[in-house]
Amino acid sequence: MDVTIKVRRFDPDADAPETYWQEFNFEIEDTATVLDALIKIREDMDGTLSMRCSCRSSICGSCAMRINGHACLACKTQARSVMDKENTIIVEPAGVMPVIKDLVVDFDLFWKKIEEVEPYLQPEGPEPEAEYAASNESMLHLSGVTACIMCGACVSDCTVMEVDPTFLGPAALAKAYRFTADPRDGDADGNSIDRLKQLVKPSGMWDCTRCAECVQVCPKGIAPMDRIMALRDQAIEAGIDNSNGARHAEAFVELVGHSGQIDELRLPVKTVGITNIPALMSFLPVGIRALTHGKMPPIFHKNIENVRNLRRLIKKLEEPKQE
Amino acid sequence: MLEHDVLVVGAGLAGMRAAIAARAAGANTAVISKVHPVRSHSNAAQGGINAALVDRGDPWEDHAYDTVKGSDYLGDQDAIELMCRAAGGAVIDMEHMGVTFSRDDDGKLGTRAFGGQGRARTFYVGDFTGQAMLHVMFEQLIKSGVRRYEEWFVTSLIEEDGQVCGVMALEIRTGQLFAIRAKTLIFCTGGLGRVFEPSTNALIVTGDGMALAYNAGARLMDMEMVQYHPTTLAGSGVLISEAARGEGAYLLDKNGDRFMEKYAPNMIELASRDVVSRAEQTEINAGNGVDGCVFLDCRHLGETLIKEKLSQIREIGIDLAGVDMVKDLIPIRPGMHYMMGGIKTDVDGLTNVPGVYAAGECACVSVHGGNRLGANSLLDTIIFGQRSGNHAADACRELEFVEFNVDEAVSREEKRIQAMLDRPQNGDRIASVRLAMGETMNKNLAVYRDQAGMDETLHDLVGLRERYATVPVDSKGRVFNTDLVFALELGFMLDCAETITVSAQDRKDSRGAQARTDFPDRDDENWMKHVTVIKGEAGPDISYLPVTITQWTPETRKY
Repeated sequence: MDVTIKVRRFDPDADAPETYWQEFNFEIEDTATVLDALIKIREDMDGTLSMRCSCRSSICGSCAMRINGHACLACKTQARSVMDKENTIIVEPAGVMPVIKDLVVDFDLFWKKIEEVEPYLQPEGPEPEAEYAASNESMLHLSGVTACIMCGACVSDCTVMEVDPTFLGPAALAKAYRFTADPRDGDADGNSIDRLKQLVKPSGMWDCTRCAECVQVCPKGIAPMDRIMALRDQAIEAGIDNSNGARHAEAFVELVGHSGQIDELRLPVKTVGITNIPALMSFLPVGIRALTHGKMPPIFHKNIENVRNLRRLIKKLEEPKQE
Repeated sequence: MLEHDVLVVGAGLAGMRAAIAARAAGANTAVISKVHPVRSHSNAAQGGINAALVDRGDPWEDHAYDTVKGSDYLGDQDAIELMCRAAGGAVIDMEHMGVTFSRDDDGKLGTRAFGGQGRARTFYVGDFTGQAMLHVMFEQLIKSGVRRYEEWFVTSLIEEDGQVCGVMALEIRTGQLFAIRAKTLIFCTGGLGRVFEPSTNALIVTGDGMALAYNAGARLMDMEMVQYHPTTLAGSGVLISEAARGEGAYLLDKNGDRFMEKYAPNMIELASRDVVSRAEQTEINAGNGVDGCVFLDCRHLGETLIKEKLSQIREIGIDLAGVDMVKDLIPIRPGMHYMMGGIKTDVDGLTNVPGVYAAGECACVSVHGGNRLGANSLLDTIIFGQRSGNHAADACRELEFVEFNVDEAVSREEKRIQAMLDRPQNGDRIASVRLAMGETMNKNLAVYRDQAGMDETLHDLVGLRERYATVPVDSKGRVFNTDLVFALELGFMLDCAETITVSAQDRKDSRGAQARTDFPDRDDENWMKHVTVIKGEAGPDISYLPVTITQWTPETRKY
């Protein structure tokens, strides 16, 4: 079949390096992946095209890039499935990380985040002589996370990292969860309290905005956002609730549980804590802007209709689950 | 000046294991790898890692016997004994490091059956054991504090007065060349799959270390022993794990018959890989396949088992061939997969070149002999990676750095590379030279071989070498010039291709992975020996080494 690959290119060796688009029109097999098409360009048409790729079977994690605007593994994406009516496929380097050349991006930031979570097993007790006893279910659960191939697709399309490079990000937080959820890591009961204390800090687990892009683009079904939510549960269950995130979550439930909707005046106050004067002061400019633009929330917060139904619902949710 | 006591070239499982061991032994250690460590091809090992755990009533001798028999008695039994004895401890070590091995109902490590073995002793993580182990090893590498040169490509070795004393390396990201001085080098560069087309191997698997060592005078051994895996996917040639057959999948011909019953009445689909690949090829040649393939049938295994234990290969089938193994047959054929041969080492990884070590697929101890058992390769990497790291670190205490003129070394290499970049366009392409090499190798050095075919390939290789001398490099820039890297890799691959071909021509019998139609029998009287090759003045020089036999006398193999 005919295909047009439109590639966003960048040559840092050029006299005046700038980004430009180049189109390649050629024949590929019906079952070809986008990577097959790119390799054909590189091998038969233009050897100057740079990209990373290796295994061709979605295990090495080299070929994450944006295809039609979303991060994908090129080797896992059938060309046929992403062509538009004119048989065109748009290929760009991964996002968030700076471009080095063509489709090659700088992963330094990515690996720095991974290293920040101390990504190795840290049992507090002595090692057993034989293997650690563990249930197959617990290992299968972890394998669902360790199957992450570190391709960076989630980081590429993370809407928080795009604006805040200090955020640990979906890959590193999923990696962290891989340890906090490991019965071998941490104390004798498998609780990794020290890790959780680190992860609740600013730029950590509570900075995810739950946009679910990472879940959408992950080629291995790791669902990083779900792992981040599980980290939050672990932190709260472990009583590590002295963080804006935990207070925000608790205030959210409390406020909605009371009136049926968020009280936008109280929520930020409860999140940072009523005694946290500097943080409260930092809300002033936002408040003034809201006021002058007619967006100030009402001072007297009203209940929604039938709020009692909602309260019952929340009460039910908070009851311990019946096994 | 960049300098290290121990410089490990390659950062797959063997390389990282070696580096961690050398660092732990107190040596100033670094790893250099042309890709980030977690991109290494150890990732692709799917099925698992073999070990006889004595506390499960599985004596290591049984594992060793299966390995010796699998090797068609060409493996060195002292090395095999050593590996199998250490296997249990090595697997437990990996578990302690954090590998999420599958468990049994008692919470202990669970096993699955694998080819050519008397009992189930393969420990596994789904069907991505290599990836699981590689990422854990990388975690340990981070913890160890070993210096990492990531995306640095070794272009040549530096020798002074006949002594290897470092490497020249290209920092791919900047295109800058550096000399790195080292007291000892450990090659852990993996296999050479891309010498063949198609191959299950990743695009980075280009025999760099074997060629670098060979050109520095190292002895290569068993280079004729190229494993064709029985189940590679039609079309792309990507691997479909032996774990499928380990879990009970059948091989069917076009009539739906389990043809392996004819060839291996006891083990059937779980005979050793050479036996199964030959059977498949025989059936395909006899017209009992469809489009050059036979079929892998997993349908009776059920969706639940497939999802839990074979999820990755199911995904591969769907993505690359449009077949869902839960309900469809998978068209498969034998495909080039693994190199049993490599840089000849002793059990400590040491080669015949002072200061140079090798471990993993690029090395040949030899524990695989004529045919490697499935799930013995991961074991090989961690056992001999660790041993070579330990030994190199010890050796460094007695060694001094060899002085050499760094500027001269850099400028010499700079000139060589600039000359490659400056070659004028002549209509030829790097990829077409590589493809021609891969096709002639896959035509004449595949499952069945004969003299005429191998002569043809050797002749082809001479022509390809001529083309290689003038083939242009499209990309002239320095930053992330992958075209230049491919050109350099192609040179390494041509060296490897030649050593494979001359070794296979020399061995005049059929043993393990080498099946010659003109010498169809195993000839223990004349050929129970290793074929080795050293680079001579006029090309490869063949000589022989004896096979070490300790307790298992060679006998006819039956599965």
